[in-house]
Amino acid sequence: MLTRLSGGLIVDPAQGLNGTLQDVWFRDGLIVSPPESGVLPDADIDVSGKIVMAGAIDIHSHIAGGNVNTARLLLPEQHRNFMARKLGHAFSTAHWSSTETGYRYAQMGYTTVVEPAVLPANALDAHLQMADIPIIDTAGLAILGNDDFLLRLMRGRASQNQINDYVAWTLQATRCLGLKVINAGGANAFKSNVRSFDLDDVVPDYGVSSRQILQTLQRAACEIQLPHPVHVHCNNLGMPGNVDTAIATMEAAQGLPMHLAHIQFYGYGNDGDKGFSSAAAKLIDSFNKHRNITMDVGQVLFGQTVTISGDVIAQYSRRNDASPSKWVMWDAECEGSGGAVPYRYQQKSFVNSLQWLIGLEIFLLAEDPWRLFFTTDHPNGGPFTRYPHLIRLLMDADFRLACMAELNQEAVAMSLLKDLKKEFSLYEIAIMTRTAAARMLGLHDRGHLLPGGIADIAVYSKQADKEAMFTHAHMVFKNGELVVKNGVVQLRLHGCTQTIQAQFDPHIKRDVQAYYNRFYNLSLDNFAVGDVSFNQTDGERFMMHKCGQPYLANTLVETK
Amino acid sequence: MTDITEVPSPFCGIGTDDLTIRVEGVSLKVIENGCAVNTPAFEQAITDTSARVDGKEVSLETAVAKAAELLKNTKLPVIGGCATDVNGMRALLALADRSGAVVDNINFTGARNNFLALQDSGWMNTTLAEVKNRCDLLLVVGTDLEAFAPRFFERYLWNKEAMFVQDTSAREVIYLGKAPSGNASTSPNGQKAQVLESATEDLPEVIAVLRALVKGLPIRATSVGGIAVTELQILADKLKSATYGVVTWAAGALAYRQAELTVQTLSELIKDINDRNARCSGLPLAGKEGDQTANQVCGWTTGYPARTRFSRGYPEYDPFLNDTNLLLDSGEADALVWVHAFNVNAVPPATDLPLVVVGRSGMTFSKEPDVFIPVGTPGIDHAGHAYRMDNVVAIRLKKLRDSGLPSTADVLNAIEHALREETVC
Repeated sequence: MLTRLSGGLIVDPAQGLNGTLQDVWFRDGLIVSPPESGVLPDADIDVSGKIVMAGAIDIHSHIAGGNVNTARLLLPEQHRNFMARKLGHAFSTAHWSSTETGYRYAQMGYTTVVEPAVLPANALDAHLQMADIPIIDTAGLAILGNDDFLLRLMRGRASQNQINDYVAWTLQATRCLGLKVINAGGANAFKSNVRSFDLDDVVPDYGVSSRQILQTLQRAACEIQLPHPVHVHCNNLGMPGNVDTAIATMEAAQGLPMHLAHIQFYGYGNDGDKGFSSAAAKLIDSFNKHRNITMDVGQVLFGQTVTISGDVIAQYSRRNDASPSKWVMWDAECEGSGGAVPYRYQQKSFVNSLQWLIGLEIFLLAEDPWRLFFTTDHPNGGPFTRYPHLIRLLMDADFRLACMAELNQEAVAMSLLKDLKKEFSLYEIAIMTRTAAARMLGLHDRGHLLPGGIADIAVYSKQADKEAMFTHAHMVFKNGELVVKNGVVQLRLHGCTQTIQAQFDPHIKRDVQAYYNRFYNLSLDNFAVGDVSFNQTDGERFMMHKCGQPYLANTLVETK
Repeated sequence: MTDITEVPSPFCGIGTDDLTIRVEGVSLKVIENGCAVNTPAFEQAITDTSARVDGKEVSLETAVAKAAELLKNTKLPVIGGCATDVNGMRALLALADRSGAVVDNINFTGARNNFLALQDSGWMNTTLAEVKNRCDLLLVVGTDLEAFAPRFFERYLWNKEAMFVQDTSAREVIYLGKAPSGNASTSPNGQKAQVLESATEDLPEVIAVLRALVKGLPIRATSVGGIAVTELQILADKLKSATYGVVTWAAGALAYRQAELTVQTLSELIKDINDRNARCSGLPLAGKEGDQTANQVCGWTTGYPARTRFSRGYPEYDPFLNDTNLLLDSGEADALVWVHAFNVNAVPPATDLPLVVVGRSGMTFSKEPDVFIPVGTPGIDHAGHAYRMDNVVAIRLKKLRDSGLPSTADVLNAIEHALREETVC
């Protein structure tokens, strides 16, 4: 079936289109070139005057897996329901449910979301949950760096090739798209009763430092040609003065591609009466010098949320800040650890206000949407459902000032934000949330409206209030099917999960199996990821992407 | 005749996956690595292969249609049991949404002891591979661990090699409360577990005193629940000096009122030890016959554990009011769908309400249900996924034989579809 969206104003940085009046054609789920004149579409959809973009892509949002489910079960009072679903839309009004996750992302025009923390032993669980998230496509990043297998390889001075094989094998076994490193070595050290872990701290029993683990894995990601650079959660998250850790990590990257996640939580100085200050300017100064680094913000938004993380050192250290006062920590299967700590970000709080200000300072100072990505580290900084509010904060300087009036004024006085007048354009929003996001993930089939791309398209009604504009898309197409109309979900499609196909020497599987036989308790095949969906075969469920050059924004020639 | 190796079990909850099973036609024999829990569960013979309505054999379609008809005009049906695999639970929850039912897992009243503690103050827990490689002191509270999972010790404590324990046979095991029924906890070097025995109902007091001792508070009593306080002081000191202490309990074994307070005191005691610069973790035992699976799938599908109602068009969790037995006794329920694909002895509670049973072939009833649909068992008759006790790991269950029995998911999905056609969308 051939469809035309006619009369829309296209915002597609991949083509340098910034509000250009142009039709978009798609056939059977793929965008196509406009046919020769005289060919009529089977469906002609009038989107005159509407903003047309590719479907949005979230590069870092905790939507599935053991930690997420534990947080759900920990906090039943935080997601009580009150609205009946429409018949045929089971669970769609059930807060925090997989269904609601898919629905609410789709309503905002998001069509692909990356779960950034898949512990290999938990991969089957994560995929079972992702298979129940309707409409949107998903992908996982597999966590390594605290697993005993890797640390044993490193202690035994294994070759880089062997480690490359292990990383590539892990991605295949876990059916993930990229590699995640969380406070490298920290969770392993926590099991040996270590309570803080810096970049040059050494894991007990192994004699390898966090820096060595990180660099080894980064090198592996580069050598096996993962398009998405190693996705790093640095040491010392949330600690005053940790901007130095973030900068040291940028330097540790040695010019190779590296992504630093939720960097707002590392934009902290230790100046001032309270020993806590904004170091956004210092961070961005270093970011500008390190063109190999990409970052996402992890903006804090006020209200109740729950922090969930594989960084057990950080989570344990703030257990006493839990609000409500309950929390969970766990050690997991010789691969990692984690913690869930509920938290309420409050405007009256000096620390929370400053966190909010620092995140926005980072957004506005960075001036490079090709390397800086839009996240709240859902749900850690705030729930993804509040993205439209954050977009308005970025696009509307007066709104920012009005919000700042409600904050802790001591924090406001310490922040540059009141003097930052920059307002993001729709074009820049599209770069951050579409074009650059897709390229950084190596997903060449999306994030743009070029022929050959999948027809994931978001259509918005122009509004002065950008929060209202992005809360309910006028129309959303997923694979060419109309899934949202006037902000209401029309069709409960099954999404699919994006994976990377990396090459490895099959011998590695024998080594892993030998290790499992000695120290683990399950045969490898008995928890392999497979048959995860109730409605799709694995062939329908999992989409393969090819390896290739890691994302380096400065090597791309862009037309603006 | 075929021998199938590396067979995982959905019955014991500890992820036993090394069984060898001999298959002859539809009969199974565990020939290696069986145990008192797994062997009879695998070897249970198939009896019924066809569905029944009012005791008469009918086609599956007829039984499904009858089940849908019984559910059609109900106000508050209850779906009890909820013992199946991941796909079975997916179909079960879809049926619950469609029919506005209450979903209640058969073991939830036991699991509630854990959920209430989790939801009130949380905990610090570990998983089986960490126990296997790091644990140097195991405290078993109120539970006959080897009756619960006969091969726990063999697989997770007396393993020959561990990454962080030099001599695994030197690991220390201490029982508090219930004494063990056998010798599985005796170390390979002959060291017997220490038993600090007390009556189960005295455990709240015993554990409160143990926690006080961990915190260094003075205790005036010299004995609690029949255990000398000096013995508990030694235990507290051992927990505080262990390299990687683990405290385990089965929530269902704490069979007294408000046992959630015991789980909470234990969990807070574990946190106290970690506050005192030592490592200690909890290890709640569960995962038998689909109970973790029910709670996990219900968790991501609805946000809540598997004691949740859908009667208002959205899920509502209540760990007390959504209890099957309570709803049957109060007369609030008006139909019962009983789902249990694992255990022929797990029969529905007695009721005069319309009763649909989707149960393991071999189940027998004192009163014939209105509809009985025998289904295959996940991990025997069809492949599937089941969650182990520690939730992190889902296991892929194998199909061992061709019995022709439908899966729970097939049947519940068919009932949901039939109901969809009977109701106006």
